[in-house]
Amino acid sequence: MSKPKVATTSMCGCFGCHMSILDIDDRILKLVELIEFDKSPINDIKSFTGRCAIGLLEGGVANDENYHVLKAFRENCDILISVGECAKNGGVPALRNPIPLQECLEEAYLRGPTVYNPLQVIPNDVEIPLLLDKVYPCHEVVKIDYHLAGCPPSADTIWETLVALLSGKPVALPYSLLKYD
Amino acid sequence: MTDSVKLKIDGKEITAKAGQTILQAAAMAGIYIPHLCAHRELEPWGSCRVCTVKVNGRPQAACTQPVAEGAVVESETPELVNVRRALVEMLFVEGNHVCPSCEKSGNCELQATAYRLGIAAPRFPYTFPKREIDASHPDIILERNRCILCARCVRASTEVDGKHAFDFVGRGVHKRIAVNAEAGLAGTSAAATDKALSVCPVGCLMKKRVGFAVPVGQRQFDEKQIGSEI
Repeated sequence: MSKPKVATTSMCGCFGCHMSILDIDDRILKLVELIEFDKSPINDIKSFTGRCAIGLLEGGVANDENYHVLKAFRENCDILISVGECAKNGGVPALRNPIPLQECLEEAYLRGPTVYNPLQVIPNDVEIPLLLDKVYPCHEVVKIDYHLAGCPPSADTIWETLVALLSGKPVALPYSLLKYD
Repeated sequence: MTDSVKLKIDGKEITAKAGQTILQAAAMAGIYIPHLCAHRELEPWGSCRVCTVKVNGRPQAACTQPVAEGAVVESETPELVNVRRALVEMLFVEGNHVCPSCEKSGNCELQATAYRLGIAAPRFPYTFPKREIDASHPDIILERNRCILCARCVRASTEVDGKHAFDFVGRGVHKRIAVNAEAGLAGTSAAATDKALSVCPVGCLMKKRVGFAVPVGQRQFDEKQIGSEI
C-alpha cells in the first residue's frame, strides 16, 4: 500500500510554522517512512499530484491567492489542520484588520515615514494577488478539522498530532503543548 | 453553630461560612471554579459569568451567589464546561488578543483559563474591533485591545487605591474602559504601583518597560495550570 500523502502550505504567515515542522529534527526520517510529502514548499511540488490524507495550513487568508490555495487544500485533503496563530486567528498580519484597506495601502506605499515612491503609485498589477478587506482565519473560509495553537506550535505539538492522526488515534495533547505564544 | 453552612459541590460535601460566596467556599475546600472578573482581594462583581455553576438546577454566578444550607452545586459538568468555553471564546473574538505579540502572554489569566478549558480555536467569528490605546502616562500603558471589561481595575482603583482613576463609558459593544481625566491616563493620579495594575487579568493595564523581564516559557502559567494552587 502506498504511503499517505501530506501537503503543506504557507499563506499569510512567516514560514515560522514550517521551520517548526523541520524542527522535529531526526524524527523527519521516521516521518518520511510514514508519509510522502505532496504539494509543499518543503519539496517545491507546486500542485497536488493526488488525494492527500492531511493538509497542514500555515498563515491566514489575506489575498485572493491565499483563498484559492485554501479552497484547493480543502478539495484535495481529507483532514485540514490550521497550524499556528495566523491560521487560527489571523495573527500579527490581522493587526491591519481594524484599519480600512485603503488606509493600510496609503501608509505602506504613500505616506509611511520611510517610503520612497516618487511616482506616488500604489502597486496594482494582475500578477500581484489582490488583498482582501481583512485577514481571515482559515476556519472562517473553509471547514478546518484540527487547530494547533502557538507561534509557532512546537515541533513536539506537530509531531504528536501527526503521529496520532497517522496511527488512527485521537489527538490528545498535554497541557504543555497547548500554548498561544 | 448558625454561621456554618453545609453544601455539596459536584457531589463533595463541604462546610462554608455563612455569607461566603460559592466561589470563596469552593476555593477554601480545594475546589477550583474558573473565573475572570472575580478577584479574592476585591468585592464580587459578577460580569464575566465564567464561574457559572448550577445551584439546585439553576445557573448562577458562583462569585456573587452566597452559600445556602443544603445547596446542590454542579460545576465540572460537560454542559457547564461547554458554557465556560463559549464565554471565554466570546472574550477572545470580541477583542484583539494577539498572544504572540503580547507582553502578558504566559501570565495572562484569560489565556490560562482558555488553556485549562482546552480551547484550540473559538467557534465564533472574530470581530477585530477598533480600540484606542492610551500611552500618555510615563509608566503605564492602557491597551484596550486586550480589555475584557472585568472591572478589576475599576474596583481596585476605587476600593484599594482610593483614586477612582478608571470607569466604564458606553453600553453594549461600545462599552469601554475610560480614565478619569480629560488629558488621558497621564492626567489621572494613577501610578505604576497601584493595585489597579497588578489585578488586571490580561495585558490591558501594564507597567511600561518590564514586559519581557521574565522570558516567555518561564512564566506563571507556562507549566502550571491556573487554579492548580487551590
